[in-house]
Amino acid sequence: MAEYKGVMVFGEVAEGKLASITTELLGYGRQLADELNEELSCILAGNRISGLAQEAIAYGADKVYIADDPQLSDYQGDSYSLVVAEIMKENPPRIMLLGQTSIGRDLAPRLAFKFQVGLAMDCIELSIDPNSKLLQQTRPVYGGNAWATFVCETFPQMATVRQKAISSLERNESRKGEIIPVTVKLDPARIRTKIVDRVKEEVVGIKLEDAQVVVSGGRGIGSPEGFKQLEELARILKGAVGATRPPCDNGWVPTTWQIGLTGKIVTPDLYIAIAVSGASQHLAGCSGAKTIVAINRDPEANIFKEARFGAVGDWKQILPAFTEKIKELVAE
Amino acid sequence: MNMIVCCKQVLDPEAPPASFKIDPATNKVVPPPGVPPVISPFDEQATEAALRIKDKLGGKITVISLGNNLARDVVKKPLSMGADELVLLEDEAFEGGDSWSTAYALAMAITKIGEYDLIFCGRQAADWDAGQVGLGIAEFLGIPSVTVAKKVEVIDTKARVERVLSDGYEVVEVTLPALITVSNELGQPRYATLKGIMVAAKKQPIIWKPANIGVEPSQIGATGRRLKLFRLFQPVKEAKCEIVGGDSPAEMGINLALKLREAKTI
Ligand SMILES: Cc1cc2nc3c(=O)[nH]c(=O)nc-3n(C[C@H](O)[C@H](O)[C@H](O)COP(=O)(O)OP(=O)(O)OC[C@H]3O[C@@H](n4cnc5c(N)ncnc54)[C@H](O)[C@@H]3O)c2cc1C
Ligand SMILES: Nc1ncnc2c1ncn2[C@@H]1O[C@H](COP(=O)(O)O)[C@@H](O)[C@H]1O
Repeated sequence: MAEYKGVMVFGEVAEGKLASITTELLGYGRQLADELNEELSCILAGNRISGLAQEAIAYGADKVYIADDPQLSDYQGDSYSLVVAEIMKENPPRIMLLGQTSIGRDLAPRLAFKFQVGLAMDCIELSIDPNSKLLQQTRPVYGGNAWATFVCETFPQMATVRQKAISSLERNESRKGEIIPVTVKLDPARIRTKIVDRVKEEVVGIKLEDAQVVVSGGRGIGSPEGFKQLEELARILKGAVGATRPPCDNGWVPTTWQIGLTGKIVTPDLYIAIAVSGASQHLAGCSGAKTIVAINRDPEANIFKEARFGAVGDWKQILPAFTEKIKELVAE
Repeated sequence: MNMIVCCKQVLDPEAPPASFKIDPATNKVVPPPGVPPVISPFDEQATEAALRIKDKLGGKITVISLGNNLARDVVKKPLSMGADELVLLEDEAFEGGDSWSTAYALAMAITKIGEYDLIFCGRQAADWDAGQVGLGIAEFLGIPSVTVAKKVEVIDTKARVERVLSDGYEVVEVTLPALITVSNELGQPRYATLKGIMVAAKKQPIIWKPANIGVEPSQIGATGRRLKLFRLFQPVKEAKCEIVGGDSPAEMGINLALKLREAKTI
């Protein structure tokens, strides 16, 4: 087998474009590749995606492996892991990065076990140890109560990276790179799953992941009606509404609104947490916000350790006046 | 239906964050006094997924927990919910593993059990949040796997799984035997019944040591790790929250809005 060399990222495509996690991974990968003085390559898999190869180069890749095939139009663990493992075998990377997304969470462990190596999921910091040249992988553990740094001494060294843990590089159209088409040979007998339906939650208004303002409610909101008041505030601030896990589990709001470790990661300018206790698993999804504001009747609630501004009291009595005043200020 | 559920005993993830402590000398978490461990919440949901299938089709559910000095009343909880058998991989040698060594030992135990149509795991354990062991077991056993399920049904020789996505869900059919990882969207796990608790109290778990499942101590637990823990630490946070005052809640609301304007966040 060839020598393990370079940094490789698995890129994702969303709605015909490079997903934001892909440009973030390329940014991270570029930094590590430069430090090692090695190449950065990117795998893109899907159907009719060849046009995106140049994009990946513009965001930092030196080489792009393109697996463009109708059989890859939907992500499936079996098909994607076979195709990606094949590319990794032919071009063994020193470091392999994926995103901590629906796809990356499913794909990365499959690859790690195929290659019989360790894998650190959901990393927020990656660095190269100057002496050993090994990758140091730091990730939150225990729901975010602690951080752990791991090192893996076998290759490829694999990690998934939390979304929005790093900002992408500027797009540079003049960058040059090599595009390598990959022939996809999939034995249908090895694809043991079949997607028979897909149900998409319709989003009205601004997408939670993209919103500059997020108004988020916790268990203390108590009902679907309560969330209507949060939606009103979000509308005034041109933001989106999110939630902790209990309102989702209780069916007050769609499950796609969940923010946190196992939900969405948001990094708005303003995050307004109402009747949210601030469990570490929830903070994992919002601690990247520029300013956190909390309304909670418990002065000891953990959310006040993370918040910049707060009000202590019953949200039902505080929120109407707050919303009214915000409306007035925004209109000025 | 022969089903296997992997349940991990963990520190209670709902314990107050302030009670969380690390011993820097050993790179280990110090269990908070007076807070008993629990079955990792997603594993209770994995148990619930298996029980719902058993309710419909009948069958046998075997629960496996790997660790050392496992608290009997904790690891027996799935039995009191309705699972049939409990296998404990319990030995010092199993301690301190990573996803690799844990999945390996569990896969070897499952191979020893032999008969299975469905294996259930949680989507991630609430202590190390790795989210890998389920997929690892499937790779070791060479069976297909579907992750983050919110609904699982068995239809003929296949399982039909609703798999959670960030913008909705997809319905996936998978051939059996298969491994499924379960997420909280599945819904509340059932409570233990009084009868269940009594049955569970009497039931003796089957205890297997490394030799019983044909593994060398060097392949499991801390020595079998592929991912070396270099440092465990608590990120420092400085509390800097400004609490607004006011004579009434309404006034607080107004003052909070004014604060945000002053800070130019709105
Ligand atoms: C492995 C794992 C993953 C998890 N992933 C996530 C995740 O992704 N996202 C997530 O959110 N959670 C997640 N959780 C759950 C998490 O641990 C907490 O249970 C959850 O975040 C708590 O939600 P909460 O703050 O709404 O509820 P609670 O903790 O019950 O807090 C409710 C708060 O509302 C306040 N309150 C009540 N009534 C009022 C009122 N009238 N006015 C003002 N304040 C009021 C209370 O003082 C309290 O602080 C996860 C847990 C585990 C174990
Ligand atoms: N020690 C263990 N004993 C039993 N099951 C486990 C153990 N560790 C992990 N698992 C299973 O694997 C799932 C994922 O764990 P992890 O990959 O560690 O996050 C858990 O939800 C359990 O179902």
